[in-house]
Amino acid sequence: MKTDILKHKLVPEHIILTDEEAEEVLLEKNITEDQLQKILPNDPVVKAIGAKEGDILKIIRDSETAGTFVSYRIVRP
Amino acid sequence: MKGIIKKVSEIDFGLMSPETIRKMSVTKIVTPDTYDEDGYPIEAGLMDPRLGVIDPGLKCRTCGSKGGDCQGHFGHINFARPVIHVGFADTIHKILRSTCRKCGRVLLTETEKLEYKDRLQNKINNGEDISGILKQIHLSAKKEKCPHCEEEQEEIKIDKPISLVEGNYKLTASEVRERLETIPEEDYIYIGINPKVARPEWMVLTVLPVPPVTVRPSITLETGERSEDDLTHKLVDILRINQRLKENMEAGAPQLIVEDLWELLQYHVTTYFDNEASGVPPARHRSGRPLKTLAQRLKGKEGRFRSNLAGKRVNFSARTVISPDPTLSINEVGVPEMIAKEVTVPIAVTEWNMDQMKEYILNGPDVHPGANYIIRPDGRKIRVYDETKETVIENLEPGYIVERHIIDGDIVLFNRQPSLHRMSMMAHEVRVLPYKTFRLNLCVCPPYNADFDGDEMNMHVFQTPEARAEANDIMKVQEHILSPRYGGPIIGAIHDHITGAYLLTHKDTVFEEDKAFQIIKRSKMELPEAKGRPWTGKEIFSLLLPDKLNLVYKAEICRKCEECKQRDCEYDAYVVISNGQLLQGVVDDKGYGSGSGKILDAIVKQFSPSDARYFLDHGTKLAVFGGVMQRGFTTGTADEEIPKEAEDRIAELLEKSDRRVEQLIEAYENNELEALPGRSLRETLEMKIMQVLGEARDNTGVIAERYFTTSNSAVIMALTGARGSMLNLTQIATCVGQQAVRGGRINRGYIDRTLPHFHKGDVGSKASGFVHSSYKKGLDPLEFFFHAMGGREGLVDTAIRTAQSGYMQRRLVNALHDLSVHEDGTVRDNKGTIIQFKYGEDGINPAKSDYGAVANLDRLIEEMRLEDSEASK
Repeated sequence: MKTDILKHKLVPEHIILTDEEAEEVLLEKNITEDQLQKILPNDPVVKAIGAKEGDILKIIRDSETAGTFVSYRIVRP
Repeated sequence: MKGIIKKVSEIDFGLMSPETIRKMSVTKIVTPDTYDEDGYPIEAGLMDPRLGVIDPGLKCRTCGSKGGDCQGHFGHINFARPVIHVGFADTIHKILRSTCRKCGRVLLTETEKLEYKDRLQNKINNGEDISGILKQIHLSAKKEKCPHCEEEQEEIKIDKPISLVEGNYKLTASEVRERLETIPEEDYIYIGINPKVARPEWMVLTVLPVPPVTVRPSITLETGERSEDDLTHKLVDILRINQRLKENMEAGAPQLIVEDLWELLQYHVTTYFDNEASGVPPARHRSGRPLKTLAQRLKGKEGRFRSNLAGKRVNFSARTVISPDPTLSINEVGVPEMIAKEVTVPIAVTEWNMDQMKEYILNGPDVHPGANYIIRPDGRKIRVYDETKETVIENLEPGYIVERHIIDGDIVLFNRQPSLHRMSMMAHEVRVLPYKTFRLNLCVCPPYNADFDGDEMNMHVFQTPEARAEANDIMKVQEHILSPRYGGPIIGAIHDHITGAYLLTHKDTVFEEDKAFQIIKRSKMELPEAKGRPWTGKEIFSLLLPDKLNLVYKAEICRKCEECKQRDCEYDAYVVISNGQLLQGVVDDKGYGSGSGKILDAIVKQFSPSDARYFLDHGTKLAVFGGVMQRGFTTGTADEEIPKEAEDRIAELLEKSDRRVEQLIEAYENNELEALPGRSLRETLEMKIMQVLGEARDNTGVIAERYFTTSNSAVIMALTGARGSMLNLTQIATCVGQQAVRGGRINRGYIDRTLPHFHKGDVGSKASGFVHSSYKKGLDPLEFFFHAMGGREGLVDTAIRTAQSGYMQRRLVNALHDLSVHEDGTVRDNKGTIIQFKYGEDGINPAKSDYGAVANLDRLIEEMRLEDSEASK
């Protein structure tokens, strides 16, 4: 059986945003899609959660300085 | 400057075709000679006058402009046989491997071609990197049979720098060129070549551009002898062999000779481009020095990029030895008069400063507040001489610019290498002083990492009002008291300042009022109102503290008792400052020292940098005049003296631990030792011995400390954090302790023993580098040897560490230099791509944080409580 990498403690939470949510994030941050950091379509987490190219992921990570930290990435090769 | 202003819309990097090389050439070069007997350049030689002129008097034969204006013109050499360009040998190999040996087409099936073409075109249109796809193509284009003409393929190997071998046959450069020529243009895209700017066969040279003489100037020595540039030497070699090759071929010489000459030509052309190519012996000068050819001119730290393009030499700068001056403010720098008269500030003449400027000009270049040059409104620069200054003054009118000497109060940039952080370059105010060294306040030594054992520093003078304003607001020393590395002060008191403040604020320090006022006056502070009674040191120090300052912290001298008695601390280590009054506790390293000064930190954060500057300038003076100089302060070996009984106890203690070590070894030999988890028996023994000996050294320290009094100067320095540590004192007074090499006890040297003075297999304390003696008593020869071993390792380590961290820093800076924090708190690169949604994920500026954290709640509560209690009183 394959290990579920999403349960690994070093893998932060990745959430696929709906189109409306994505739009909202871009608007709030006042940025365009190509200013977002990218995450490769063959990234193990992207494959595991089934994100498609063009999806924006919300990543919630533990942070040494801020407790938890939210960042966004776009799936793009 | 003449020229046409145009905007660059696009840059293409391509190869130069033989036609372009011939077209831009002004002459064909054939003769390897440079000058004739009369010293005139030979036509069609390497110094052909049409290649441009360097002498300012002569006119260029090609463009007609005078020497200096003419940037030179290229010539060319036609090769008798083609030659491979070293820089492209790898690329050529890759291309040959993925194309057919017969039909020249890329070894991809039509379906593969279609797929790759699509992906490549996509990337190219988006302006993205295609190297990843090219790598894939290179892998899939490795076929045994050509999919187009069915030709069997042979493997092509590259032999070190430039030889391409197919099977067992070494391809000649002509054959390589022929093969590259057969590649059809529509296949170029798969090998990563843009047909608009390059063709693969151009990577094999048939004609060589000869750089103009301005690129390779010859130097005339004092003896009148001419010395040619390395490039010229190399070109002479190339021409000579090319000529011989041509003659031999025309004379129909045997194939073998022609091939040898061809090979030689290839060697010379290779070293002409790169004299450090692996597998090629470097071409050498007559003296044996390797020639500096084209690649060497560009490469590395001394190359064109790093030393001429990424870094430049500047005017209006000065460098000299530094020395300390405690009377200067931290914001100031003492500048020798000699330097002040050399570097200048341009001042625009107006009707309001006219008289002042005239005075400067009248003083001339040799009297201090003078002027060196004036610049007329038409841009002409005129030097001020004693003979001409009267006429200069007469003509002076608004619109002129006077380059006057730097004077007191000017702002300059001060720097010490290595410039590792932003505090390595800070703005200072000038104080022109006699003698020949730069003077600086001792508090700015830590940020520059400077000392006065011969260190030199650089000074740069700002040339525009904008630069001065910016420097004054953000680069001034006082703006950098807090380090962005850890939100605490990096500029602060050191050494005697700390001892002094401790002595001044000590419990028993009391001065008669007149004495107290003398100290205050000497520290250049305003005299307070008389109290009519003696002053305590704490009261004197409190004069410096802002009225609204409330602070509670534990001083450096805190003994870290199990239960803190807080305000009833018997060592006076609990510091309480209430409404600007130092109620209790002593001021030491934790108070206003560099790196950890809490009071300093609080003043910068709660008040202002200039309040902190005042506090530091006068606090250090107060410490010196009121602390150190009132009592007198000195140290010597007498401070590490311990009585006989202590020595006996220490000897006994060491003996006991030696016995303990023996026991451990015995237990190990009898196999009675139990291994610690994850360790072998041997490692367990080592660890246990280390532990026993470490404790032994520490315990000797504890014994010694009991005999050290608090009036002992060395102890005061160690406890207050001024200089040295208790460990240092222990090592001097009682026992130096274990010497280590590679993190463990010393076990190297002879077979099974460290020195021939021991038995084989002896792993006792003495045989493995435990030093029983103290520095004061002196080490015996064996101890001395072990100590030298440990000491040497320390030196080597620091040398290696600096080299490694220097390179790490360079890579880090190169990777991060164009990231910046934007107004919305995001970190972005130069394209606007977000790197981090919030700087540091918490958006905190570490320089303004509380030692890295947002806030220290415990401290805030304590201080608020203090404010409350004071208010209720």
